[in-house]
Amino acid sequence: MGEAPAFRDPTTGELRQETMIINMGPQHPSTHGVLRLVLELDGETVIRCKPVIGYLHTGIEKNTEYRTWMQGVTYVTRADYLSPFFNELAYCLGVERLLGVEATERATLIRILVCELNRITSHLVWLATSGLELGAVSVMLYGFRERELIMEIFEAITGLRMNHAYIRIGGVVMDLPDEGPRTIRGLLDLLPGRIDEYETLLHDNPIWRERNEGVGVLAAEQALALGVTGPALRATGIDADLRKDIPYCGYDSFDFDVPVRTEGDAYARYVVRLAEMRESLKIARQALERIEDTPGPVMIDDPKVGWPPRLSVGPDGIGNDPDYLRHIMEESMEALIHHFKMVTQGVEVPAGEVYSAVESPRGELGYLIVSDGGHRPYRVKIRDPSFVNLQALPAMIEGYLVADTVASVASIDPVLGGVDR
Amino acid sequence: MNAEALAGRIGERVADVLVARGEVTAIVEREHLLETLAWLRDQPDVALDFLASVTASHWLEVDPAFWVDYELRSFRHKHRARVKVGLSEGDAHIPSVAPMFPTADWHERETFDFYGIVFDGHPDLTRILLPDDWEGYPLRKDQPLGGVPTWFRGATMPPVDERGMA
Repeated sequence: MGEAPAFRDPTTGELRQETMIINMGPQHPSTHGVLRLVLELDGETVIRCKPVIGYLHTGIEKNTEYRTWMQGVTYVTRADYLSPFFNELAYCLGVERLLGVEATERATLIRILVCELNRITSHLVWLATSGLELGAVSVMLYGFRERELIMEIFEAITGLRMNHAYIRIGGVVMDLPDEGPRTIRGLLDLLPGRIDEYETLLHDNPIWRERNEGVGVLAAEQALALGVTGPALRATGIDADLRKDIPYCGYDSFDFDVPVRTEGDAYARYVVRLAEMRESLKIARQALERIEDTPGPVMIDDPKVGWPPRLSVGPDGIGNDPDYLRHIMEESMEALIHHFKMVTQGVEVPAGEVYSAVESPRGELGYLIVSDGGHRPYRVKIRDPSFVNLQALPAMIEGYLVADTVASVASIDPVLGGVDR
Repeated sequence: MNAEALAGRIGERVADVLVARGEVTAIVEREHLLETLAWLRDQPDVALDFLASVTASHWLEVDPAFWVDYELRSFRHKHRARVKVGLSEGDAHIPSVAPMFPTADWHERETFDFYGIVFDGHPDLTRILLPDDWEGYPLRKDQPLGGVPTWFRGATMPPVDERGMA
């Protein structure tokens, strides 16, 4: 770093040389949530950067310790709110491993389908917001337009646009709606063309390239030492993807590629994410085909684990199955007692400890789940990729211009709900 | 390497290694933590050179009261393992691994923030998610949970662990 430029103090008239410390955030439009960056500037150059986090801390990990295992799903889905299905999946896979059970095949395929669609929505939000930050406003409009189409599908499948709590221990809440596969197929046919459009807009766009190329560079060794995973790591030339490396949910039986670039800059991360959306479409298409060939229940057939036991949306729009209601209310006292115990206590999970990790849109999303053998988790630790990746920010921007900070933060794609949990 | 083979290989160095649910856990003494992690990182056939996560759990009325947990991953061999260190209640100190794995910086700050475990040699061991003036370590099991004041006159919502559910 060169010497700070000299300037004349307006009150005393003496010549001084010093740096300036400014706060970016906590509510700055380019910080992707409530993130505060304390920047020490020498003119336009960032000398030091210290991210300050915690503004969105809601104690999700502590809360899960005082709720049943099943209620845990509704908490963890709120951590990284742009990839709710991944949180639910990692949590449920962990609890299932503790229980020694596996979701049904159809449920696993539905999980893969919603997760890959979720990866696309998450990357679309990244594309839209970083486009907005770098002045590409039309990309923002297109990104949110396409995301809306997928959100509508999520709403049709799960009933909610976010925080779905759709993936549950032992399966998923309910099967796809009847018109689901047809709607999703329409979407899968539409999206490749739309991704081509983004590419046409951005790929050789001089402004986009100027703002992203050579910005926020991380070398592979740096990224590994700082614990970076996901697209930011794959942009440095390392083809690390948990879906290939340590497969879960049978990802090894799907045909897809892991896009990798070697430049390690913000532009490489953009290229990787765009390519990942195409790969996700490939996986979603395969999953959809298999779902249609795989009939069967979507919840494990084990009354001590499977919950909710049976749902069917009636004409009144309420999800209770009339046959099940008749069974517990009129036919069997034992069934009613069991129902009551499942609602108030939930599953009992054998004592033990597991670390269940999935490849979220931002990297390795890991859940360390500890059970003491009771009805509630003893400890749930969320290893959120945003939290870890954000740690690499100072390494990306120190020594570069303050304007590059915006592009660098955007290229990490942090979600502060996940960072702060 | 599959879990059993990996456990066998780590067992050459660490006495206490177990495999449960397909996951390898090595339990080491605090004094041997750094050298064990260096060994796991440097063996070409183990190569657990990526630290995914550091965290802890707290247990009442047992010793060790704290288990500090290091999740390791190998990109080269596509396997993972966990190293655990037990700490006593009045002696929650452990050497920082941040000099070896820079990523541990924030993980250790978070663990300090939640459990009050002190990582000796950490460059900047301050609170990270909670406010700087927060008192206590909220993820310890003996932290009072507090009640929620309600708008109904004279009523309070008891803490979640006293509501008699679950």
